[in-house]
Amino acid sequence: MTARVRTASSAVRTPNSTFFKGHLEPMNLFRAIGLTLLFLLATLSSSGASEADLRGIIAKFATAKGFSEIGAVVHELAATGDPAVERPLAALADGNLYVRKADSLVFAGKEAGESVQLSNPLSGEASGEAAKDDITKIKVNNTLRRVIRDALGTLTLGAKDPAVRIAAADTMFKTPDAANIGPLDTAIASESVASVKALLEQARAASVLVSDQPEADKLAAIALIGARGDRDAVSLLTSVEANSTDAVKEAATAAIANINSTLAFWDAGQNIWYGISLGSVLLLAAIGLAITFGVMGVINMAHGEMVMLGAYTTFVVQQVIRTSFPDLFDWSLVIALPLAFLVSALVGLIIERGVIRFLYGRPLETLLATWGVSLILQQAVRSIFGPTNQEVGNPSWMSGSFNVGQLAITWNRLWILVFALTVFAVLLYVMKRTPWGLQMRAVTANRRMAASMGIRTPWVDALTFALGSGIAGIAGVALSQIDNVSPNLGRGYIIDSFMVVVFGGVGNLWGTLVGAFSLGIVNKFLEPYAGAVLGKIVVLVLIILFIQKRPRGLFALKGRAVEA
Amino acid sequence: MRGNFSTITRMFSASVVAAGLLMSAPAKAADDTIKVGILHSLSGTMAISETTLKDAMLMLIDEQNAKGGLLGKKLEAVVVDPASNWPLFAEKARELISKDKVAAVFGCWTSVSRKSVLPVFSELDNILFYPVQYEGEESERNVFYTGAAPNQQAIPAVDYLMSEDGGSVKRWVLEGTDYVYPRTTNKILEAYLKAKGVAAEDIMVNYTPFGFSDWQTEVSAIKKFGSAGKKTAVVSTVNGDANVPFYKELGNQGIKAEDIPVMAFSVGEEELAGLDTAPLVGHLAAWNYFESVDTPENKKFIADWHKFIKNDKRTTNDPMEAHYIGFNMWVKAVEKAGTTDPDKVIDAMIGVSVPNLTGGYSTMMPNHHITKPVLIGEIQADGQFETVSRTPGLVMGDEWSDYLPDSKDLISDWRAPLSCGNFNVATGKCGGKGTN
Repeated sequence: MTARVRTASSAVRTPNSTFFKGHLEPMNLFRAIGLTLLFLLATLSSSGASEADLRGIIAKFATAKGFSEIGAVVHELAATGDPAVERPLAALADGNLYVRKADSLVFAGKEAGESVQLSNPLSGEASGEAAKDDITKIKVNNTLRRVIRDALGTLTLGAKDPAVRIAAADTMFKTPDAANIGPLDTAIASESVASVKALLEQARAASVLVSDQPEADKLAAIALIGARGDRDAVSLLTSVEANSTDAVKEAATAAIANINSTLAFWDAGQNIWYGISLGSVLLLAAIGLAITFGVMGVINMAHGEMVMLGAYTTFVVQQVIRTSFPDLFDWSLVIALPLAFLVSALVGLIIERGVIRFLYGRPLETLLATWGVSLILQQAVRSIFGPTNQEVGNPSWMSGSFNVGQLAITWNRLWILVFALTVFAVLLYVMKRTPWGLQMRAVTANRRMAASMGIRTPWVDALTFALGSGIAGIAGVALSQIDNVSPNLGRGYIIDSFMVVVFGGVGNLWGTLVGAFSLGIVNKFLEPYAGAVLGKIVVLVLIILFIQKRPRGLFALKGRAVEA
Repeated sequence: MRGNFSTITRMFSASVVAAGLLMSAPAKAADDTIKVGILHSLSGTMAISETTLKDAMLMLIDEQNAKGGLLGKKLEAVVVDPASNWPLFAEKARELISKDKVAAVFGCWTSVSRKSVLPVFSELDNILFYPVQYEGEESERNVFYTGAAPNQQAIPAVDYLMSEDGGSVKRWVLEGTDYVYPRTTNKILEAYLKAKGVAAEDIMVNYTPFGFSDWQTEVSAIKKFGSAGKKTAVVSTVNGDANVPFYKELGNQGIKAEDIPVMAFSVGEEELAGLDTAPLVGHLAAWNYFESVDTPENKKFIADWHKFIKNDKRTTNDPMEAHYIGFNMWVKAVEKAGTTDPDKVIDAMIGVSVPNLTGGYSTMMPNHHITKPVLIGEIQADGQFETVSRTPGLVMGDEWSDYLPDSKDLISDWRAPLSCGNFNVATGKCGGKGTN
């Protein structure tokens, strides 16, 4: 992320930004002369200003008061056009630029415990250490970060890495400026990658729209931006629409209407995707319960805590990896999966052997006992790990998003969907194709008959419960990526899990799958219209009505076992 | 048989008497101490936030005892656990006051828990110190509000976003959890924004349930709302637990603070501790205290806290500072009154001034709210806040918002002769009602 901030950048803006307005009446003339000189210098020596000049400007950071003055220095640095200023500006944006109190010198710094390792802001040469008390950090805020991002623009337009050029084109598109046209023309002429070139042309078109170029050029620009068709294009065209007249205004209005109609189509697609994604989370949370409650008939209120234990296992694994094997961090989830399964399955086994086996056939007592167990587990975790949230990081392959058309799909959601379906497939295989699954089904269908065939029913019960708990545990690994890891984690999922299993049909794995996805999609289609609160209520009411009509859920299990 | 039985009874009653004598020994000793009640949830959903405050109070009481106690007596903390259960708050409060005879109670987090103990405190005439930022629209004789009222947090935060430094925001998303604090705060903010000339179509209000975890639709709605060509910001009153998935979704959908900043009122150092903050750099929060504030008082407070809790990774936060201020005010008021009698202490509290941790003094006002500076901070990669703006002076807590039609005529002044928490200046009568 910090890397992205560093590289995201855009054009040198003429000082039209807010920073030049308020503060510098007396300094105005002086600074204007200084800027002109620097421009001259930049054009005279093609390599940019000399290092001494840059140092001079950087030294001003030490005396700049307030964000607007720091912003002015940033503009001054950017105006030199020297690629060397990228390093200090990036350091400033990241909050890594310091002033040494003793001699007011400016350094780039890297925090290392109580001290900061200093380096030359331009060359990056190390220049010793300083205690935190001896230096002051140059503060940045959002507005300043944006100024730096814009200022770095043209400097990174010619970067070797296409990703950096894309980021530059992107910021230039979002902050169009007539002065960008020149540098963009040069960049377009030398650009070899087609996709980057298209982005640069769009950025140029955006700049044309805010310039005073002839109407025909602007109309062409609107057509080009209209073809881009995303929200940023709407955003840009809306401001163009507001600030222009006649043909340009009409063209902008038409382009916006056009984009909006395509976006409406994508919105529907987005709702379906969000629904599927929510459905996959529901499926993961409910799938363990589909075994303990659905197959075995145990009303297991401690199910959510099994999920929570899985999440805490992930936390412990990541903690060990962070301190001992930092290189393995991207593998932390893969390592956590089997461990979470084992931890939750073991706890499940203990619960079954210790409590539940005495309560078969007494649903009310089971409900109360497992509720009690859930409270014990919660408080135990709270005592061991503390009541506060624990930090579980996202591995790099689960961060960020990618676009399919106008649809942004986040990686973590996609992986959770894949994972949920995999778990479901594996579980289905175990239940339908393995001898153990056969025994499980036999015991649930007719316990006495199964026992007389030589199946050790108590152990099948125990192992089935452990399996259900273990699956809940690995669901916890996945859910730790999107939710907060606290002792209350399980509480949020227990109601939804029961809802899915009951709605889908008790005892039927396919019912759980269909139930989870249909609830997810209905929920996400209602949310934009009814709001999250009302949406949830509507879904609950629908389920109640549905259960009235079909008490056994979507896919009722037929057979004698259910009547018993 | 009979004789035997009576011997047993006699022995039994003797041992009961003996036990009673033994038990009364510490009770006698307890007369030399002043009891302070701590009413924070140590289990259940709110334990995540409230346990820290219990520990902070224990530390403050320890420190006061190390300084020699109060009025020549030692302070003794009485900790109870209302278990995030609102009716239980009232029961435990009654237990603290009637059974343990505490001199004052420090506690509560949610508004609903505070509302549930109010009748107990007025009935039994004791003192409650409430340390959390809240929606206002209340002023009780027995309660001292050391957290921020809306004008000490929400209004300055919005002012900052509207300023040039804050990015001259023109379009607003008010995102909150569906309960009393966000609803009232957003009502105040909406009225305030409209008074500042923001058009109705530039304000979007949305609520989500408690503990909400699937933020995809909401975040994409924010993205859509933000693409209207005007600078957009989100003002978030989303409650504790739901914040982590909210921020994760913001990061994943690539909403950067430079483009659409999120200003939060319920996210502090403690909430960020469970989060990888690298994608959140630049998002904002408004509080009256940040752990990163560089003052000698704060450094000492943090060092003491780490020593007390035996973990130097634990953060400090705004409600802890509120308890710090509240406790010191109470100590000063008791010294001033020369007694712990709640009636006398309540009168002595008004006007008491103690140092806060941000390098100034906080004073208890006649409306039982305190003066505080308002700080706006940006989230940093290390999970701390960097102060980017600070009100020039102290802001006095305004219990009845001036921006709500129902409460704009109300004032509170607990000094004699007015002694009223809801005096209506328009009708000249005590007993107006606010918005909730």
